[in-house]
Amino acid sequence: MKVTLKIWRQPDAASDGAMHTYEVDDVSEDMSFLEMLDVLNEQLNARDEEPIAFDSDCREGICGMCGLMINGEPHGPEVTTTCQLHMRSFKDGDEIVIEPWRADAFPVVKDLCVDRGAFDRIIQQGGYISVNTGAAPEAHSIQVPKEAADRAFDVATCIGCGACVAACPNGSASLFMGAKITHLGELPQGQAERDTRVVSMVAQHDHEGFGGCTNIGECTAACPKEIPLDVISQLNKDLRTALQHGH
Amino acid sequence: MTDMPDTTLTSDPSYHEPSAGESDDAVGYYVPGDPIIDAKAPDGPIDERWSTRKFEARLVNPANRRKLSIIIVGTGLAGASAAATLGEAGYVVKSFCYQDSPRRAHSIAAQGGINAAKNYKEDGDSVHRLFYDTVKGGDYRSRESNVYRLAEVSTNIIDQCVAQGVPFAREYGGLLDNRSFGGVQVSRTFYARGQTGQQLLIGAYQALERQVHAGTVTTYTRHEMLELIVVDGKARGIIARDMVTGAIETHLADVVVLASGGYGNVFYLSTNAMGSNVTASWRAHRKGAYMANPCYTQIHPTCIPVSGAHQSKLTLMSESLRNDGRIWVPKKKEDCAKDPRDIPEADRDYYLERIYPSFGNLVPRDIASRAAKYQCDDGRGVGPEVEGVRRGVYLDFADAIARLGREAVEEKYGNLFDMYARITGEDPYVVPMRIYPAVHYVMGGLWVDYDLQSTIPGLFVTGEANFSDHGANRLGASALMQGLADGYFVLPHTIRDYLADGPFETVAEDHPAVVEARTAVEKRIEHFLTVNGTRSVDSYHRELGNIMWEYCGMERTEDGLRKAIDLIRTLRDDFHRNVKVLGSADSLNQSLEKAGRVADFLELGELMCIDALNRRESCGGHFRAESQTEDGEALRHDDLYAYVAAWEYAGDPDSDAMGAPVLHKEDLVYTAIEMKQRSYK
Repeated sequence: MKVTLKIWRQPDAASDGAMHTYEVDDVSEDMSFLEMLDVLNEQLNARDEEPIAFDSDCREGICGMCGLMINGEPHGPEVTTTCQLHMRSFKDGDEIVIEPWRADAFPVVKDLCVDRGAFDRIIQQGGYISVNTGAAPEAHSIQVPKEAADRAFDVATCIGCGACVAACPNGSASLFMGAKITHLGELPQGQAERDTRVVSMVAQHDHEGFGGCTNIGECTAACPKEIPLDVISQLNKDLRTALQHGH
Repeated sequence: MTDMPDTTLTSDPSYHEPSAGESDDAVGYYVPGDPIIDAKAPDGPIDERWSTRKFEARLVNPANRRKLSIIIVGTGLAGASAAATLGEAGYVVKSFCYQDSPRRAHSIAAQGGINAAKNYKEDGDSVHRLFYDTVKGGDYRSRESNVYRLAEVSTNIIDQCVAQGVPFAREYGGLLDNRSFGGVQVSRTFYARGQTGQQLLIGAYQALERQVHAGTVTTYTRHEMLELIVVDGKARGIIARDMVTGAIETHLADVVVLASGGYGNVFYLSTNAMGSNVTASWRAHRKGAYMANPCYTQIHPTCIPVSGAHQSKLTLMSESLRNDGRIWVPKKKEDCAKDPRDIPEADRDYYLERIYPSFGNLVPRDIASRAAKYQCDDGRGVGPEVEGVRRGVYLDFADAIARLGREAVEEKYGNLFDMYARITGEDPYVVPMRIYPAVHYVMGGLWVDYDLQSTIPGLFVTGEANFSDHGANRLGASALMQGLADGYFVLPHTIRDYLADGPFETVAEDHPAVVEARTAVEKRIEHFLTVNGTRSVDSYHRELGNIMWEYCGMERTEDGLRKAIDLIRTLRDDFHRNVKVLGSADSLNQSLEKAGRVADFLELGELMCIDALNRRESCGGHFRAESQTEDGEALRHDDLYAYVAAWEYAGDPDSDAMGAPVLHKEDLVYTAIEMKQRSYK
């Protein structure tokens, strides 16, 4: 098939960007979306145009490195990561608009690459359980009800790709943060720091320039790992409790 | 990362070793060097060696630790865990990764689980049994002291991860669940559904970020190490490129740790991440670190086949699928393009069940992989033709669905079937899956002693980047174990003995050795950008991958390896004259990043072939066609090859001429285990 791509190109964070149009012929439906871009890049290289910069690493949907806004939807039309999206989701003659994540807290680095360092800085503010190596008790001394362990796992599958932020009209990272708060809050090991964790992480979130949550739900719809919206309720509940405790 | 029963081992009295011949196939390609006499493991009973070493390793006063600095390259399990632990101890740690966050390192993609000798099932597991299984799984080509230690600290890993909040699978009583995995008869594998690597890595990443908050660790994301700085024979820092600004940065430290992963991408197509590369290791190798057993590659039988020339990577499907799926190809070549459902039972060749009646579809990985290759070489492969050959075999669940019902199959394998459907566009509940082997892991890596120190003092190597624990074949659920063992529990003890010699003399940024390393990096970058040739970096990478896969893949022969070496040399030469890298040095430039990596793969590939040529035996993942039993099975030659091949770089450091590498042999001596031949009868 043949597709027409409209791609955001921007030399670096300081420069202005613009949409550019490219045609790609001979697209096979078995190609992944990123392989289609690989093909385009080979063609650009052959005609002395600099290839388009985009992020990807594992290309199996787990590392969270890839992430493109495709026709206005984070990761495109399927509930999966960009790297797992295949060209069979498109048809011959389609026009596809490709942009980087759009959010103040994720500045563009180049073309389709953005800086998601803000997520790391949120985790630095308490997205962990403080236990030094060697200080752990025997694993079976901590029992965790299966239900809690399963819920902790389900929300811990967040890959930190940032689709939730890109999808949110407010540019909020509440889903990302709620997933971590819920993961650690479900576990007995996570209780000691429960109050301080949520207060510090939320403060960092706001400091980074992410917007507030107004329960629109675009985040969970865009999430390739289907993190449920109720982690945001959990986040708000934990924050309220922490504030009541005087934090 | 997934696995299944790997092999049984017997001492077969009827087994006779044919003569391997005294000739060394690799004569002329290398220079014999002095043997490695001492890998520095303490003497004494095997179960006391690690305690002895920990006690004898000198301590560093907490007040002095903040005066000692450590660079760690890579943030996978082996790197993030080490950075966190050494930060907690109070050292000044700098952590580097090429991704945009430490959480993205490729450990994250490991599916199956992590082994630990907890014996929670009371099924006869023990440290000794895990040690034994790992050595035999490695086909008796690993160093026993290291493996024993790995088994010993495995239990601490689980404790640590649970305390960090890693959501392992649990039973209804709230205790941890285990499953059986990886060629063993006990249940010792801890898991978090099919995403164990992800959960363990996030645990280590969070511990790392906690230390960033504490101020002990500084992270450098989107930074790639491009050179090692060696001053007065000791590793003292790295030259790294800020991949966003293109700035070439000098980072100095008292010790350098490489936790930079494996080099499976030398094959272009593998289950590794797109960015996984050998550059950190290879640059260290060129500066004097020996590379050990580079030809040991693990090829996984159950991956989704290549669909076309555009293919950029391969995806692993859990090997557990072979428990219920039946593998077959058409008996007749003319049936290969047909809808498999139209091929009658009588015209199907369930070749594994036919050749290995007792193991059937559950033969070990290497056997299953080679058998698939043979069917396809024979023209009976299925799926789309890629470059004129169909490379795929069916993995058919029709019987399992009839026997167990669709729901039961869905319950067991649903997520895998979904993944398969997404990638191929075919419904595996209706049409048989197609699978083909793919490169998955490398057992070879930089040579390290018992302390995980390379042949360059002050350069330590952990995780997949080193060679030490898996011999010629790694068992499933053991990569995660090794990465975390090295980073949490081994390196922090052994590195302090080295650091106890500190404080070290300060190295100035204008020290000749630093300037030289920096200049070399700048020249190299300029070189790539000024060749102005006609071919893209990817096209060279793909061609190298084809050569490696054809001649240094599942089956290796003397003639093939010689041919590969010639082809690689020609290709490398052409690369440096004709590659085309656009863009500039002072901005994000992914073609430039790839050019550096491919240039190093082009050198590594040759060394892998020389190593494979030297080892005229079959062991683990290394199968030499010249060394097989009458039944076509792998044949080791312990009398000739029970050694680690540690290669010293001997090329001209100022050019791309590699020179003949020097081979140093470390004899493998087993005191706590008896060497046996694998058998599948």
